Amino acid sequence: MKYEVPTKQGYYGKFGGKFVPEILIPALVELEAAYEATISDPGFQQEYRYHLKEFVGRPTALTFADRLTEHYGKAKIYLKREDLCHTGAHKINNTVGQVLLAIRMGKKRIIAETGAGQHGVATATVCAKFGLECIVYMGAEDMERQKLNVDRMRLLGADVRPVTSGSQTLKDATNEAIRDWVTNVHDTFYIIGSVVGPHPYPQMVRDFHRIIGIETREQLLAKEQRGPDYVLACVGGGSNAIGIFHPFIEDDNVKLIGIEAAGFGVDSGKTAATFSKGRPGILHGSMSYLLQTDEGQIELAHSVSAGLDYPGVGPEHSYLYDIGRVQYVPVTDDEAMESLKLVSRLEGIIPAIETAHAFAWLDKLMPTTSAGELVVLNCSGRGDKDMGTISKYL
Amino acid sequence: MSEKETFLPDPPPESSRLGQVFKNRRPDRKVMSLFITAGYPHPDETVDLVLGFEKAGADIIELGMPFSDPLADGPTIQHSSEVALANGITMDSIFGMVRRIREKSAIPVVLMGYINPVFSYGIERFFKQAAESGADGVILPDVPVEESGYADEYARRYGVPIICLVAPNTGDERMQLIDQKSNGFVYCVSIAGVTGTREGSEVSSSVDTFIERVNRNIKKNPVMIGFGIRNHESAMAISKKVDGFIVGSALIDNIRSHYPEKGWKDSLFEFVKELKHGKES
Ligand SMILES: Cc1ncc(COP(=O)(O)O)c(C=O)c1O
Repeated sequence: MKYEVPTKQGYYGKFGGKFVPEILIPALVELEAAYEATISDPGFQQEYRYHLKEFVGRPTALTFADRLTEHYGKAKIYLKREDLCHTGAHKINNTVGQVLLAIRMGKKRIIAETGAGQHGVATATVCAKFGLECIVYMGAEDMERQKLNVDRMRLLGADVRPVTSGSQTLKDATNEAIRDWVTNVHDTFYIIGSVVGPHPYPQMVRDFHRIIGIETREQLLAKEQRGPDYVLACVGGGSNAIGIFHPFIEDDNVKLIGIEAAGFGVDSGKTAATFSKGRPGILHGSMSYLLQTDEGQIELAHSVSAGLDYPGVGPEHSYLYDIGRVQYVPVTDDEAMESLKLVSRLEGIIPAIETAHAFAWLDKLMPTTSAGELVVLNCSGRGDKDMGTISKYL
Repeated sequence: MSEKETFLPDPPPESSRLGQVFKNRRPDRKVMSLFITAGYPHPDETVDLVLGFEKAGADIIELGMPFSDPLADGPTIQHSSEVALANGITMDSIFGMVRRIREKSAIPVVLMGYINPVFSYGIERFFKQAAESGADGVILPDVPVEESGYADEYARRYGVPIICLVAPNTGDERMQLIDQKSNGFVYCVSIAGVTGTREGSEVSSSVDTFIERVNRNIKKNPVMIGFGIRNHESAMAISKKVDGFIVGSALIDNIRSHYPEKGWKDSLFEFVKELKHGKES
């Protein structure tokens, strides 16, 4: 299957677009032009790759999970170790790319939203490294459950601003970041943390994370002389997932599975399972699947994982869902926490709670696989940030 | 309906309620448009407030359709939206309000709100209901002209025009395009910021340059200016060279500080009179 999205207008089928106030349009047009110029600029690519290698620590390992493989006794399981990235999650692939772009555009003031705090930390980190002012909006509830990351961001010199509106989580932090952007659009660059927002963000963030899938393909080829049968990733906004999926989309025989957070259960009313319970709508600048009421008001999401606690999802995922190329499945809070414990004991890796959602799906998937097959799971982040929450489940 | 009728730009005739307001404007007066969130402070008050605003001098009403995530609004309209939603406001209840206003008054009512509730209601159904209830236009602040294809056709088919916005950083050519797309008036956002920003009280030179550009590029439509207007003086200063001005957050702040004290409505209407005429009259 030939796969070429988005369109010039930023559409993935009917999803995507640029649903923003007029004041942001010139900024998006400027960003689009700057981004297009950099894609074709070998100098930029070289600089980006340099920092990924020397600062982020890429390439990350593709680890054979031997005891987990043995535990299920079916296909071989490999882990793409984004938890080994500097700052502890994949998020920094994107912030390095966007901050280099911001510098090229002459912007000195950086803003970001954050849920789990991983994107906030990754943004604060690159701002510290490159000497830029950094403001991070974070829901007050998330500041509570990801306290360690708040301290890290402050240590890195960022101004972390608590957001007390709405559910006090990622959705509201994003609203507040957009309000800041509307107000300071002349000198401010908004580093969005996932494949969401108005065009060109979903495309740009995807492109900065494709390195995950590109490396995975090469590494697996070297180890197994072939590609994977299954690729798994958790989906909040969907950046780690699209990063590892994208280079495999045209390979029809590779099954792609996105795991969304079901919270207390898809029918509990306390969930973040956008595909299981949502329908298309418009939030934060693009059309995508959304958890919403019959009246089109956005519903409060729930997940034990702050990074998945979002009522929307990136527009490209909505497209991949509609065309049936990626299967999206729900995993509950409890299932994720159980699997977090299992993986910690069997593999010596404490995954982030977000990532643990992907691991939990192995319980359902592995019995259906066979011994000769290969499963790759994107280990999007490490769980140190979650110790506060995790200790309640021990 | 012929292909031609469906797709040709169709500015409202001067005989429309909105057209009349601008046609009949006295050269020494400005058109005053007032924004209020439907259902704030209470659904039973909205029709009454609109009629009272008209009596106190309002020429156009912008009825806000509340949304859970008003990302172009400051704390004031975030608050009024939250209260309205908690009061159980739905799209149908808003159309009911427009109908009741229409039974008693010919004041133009423009519906203003974010796209998602409109999209969820069904775009065609929305424009049909808007027309049938007697609404005079629609403002969708998170739908720039790039994306207005979703609504343009229905706006024309049902004769409820879409009113577009321009911002200080909108380029000249783009202003002309927006003027072409807009029908009824063009809404000028005078400053970069969310609604309720307080820095709009002074006419800075950059606002002057902006308005000069607006007047050079916007030829088809009347021009209304808004954002940050809090009193008669700032309204007069900023709208000197355009057709009129828009006030929203200042009204809601006024309600917020007096409701439900005795006489809250009288002091609100007094405030509206002063907005229009200044303190003396
Ligand atoms: C470790 C980790 N994985 C996944 C996510 C979810 O984001 P996305 O779906 O964009 O990868 C987050 C978000 O904070 C995260 O920190």
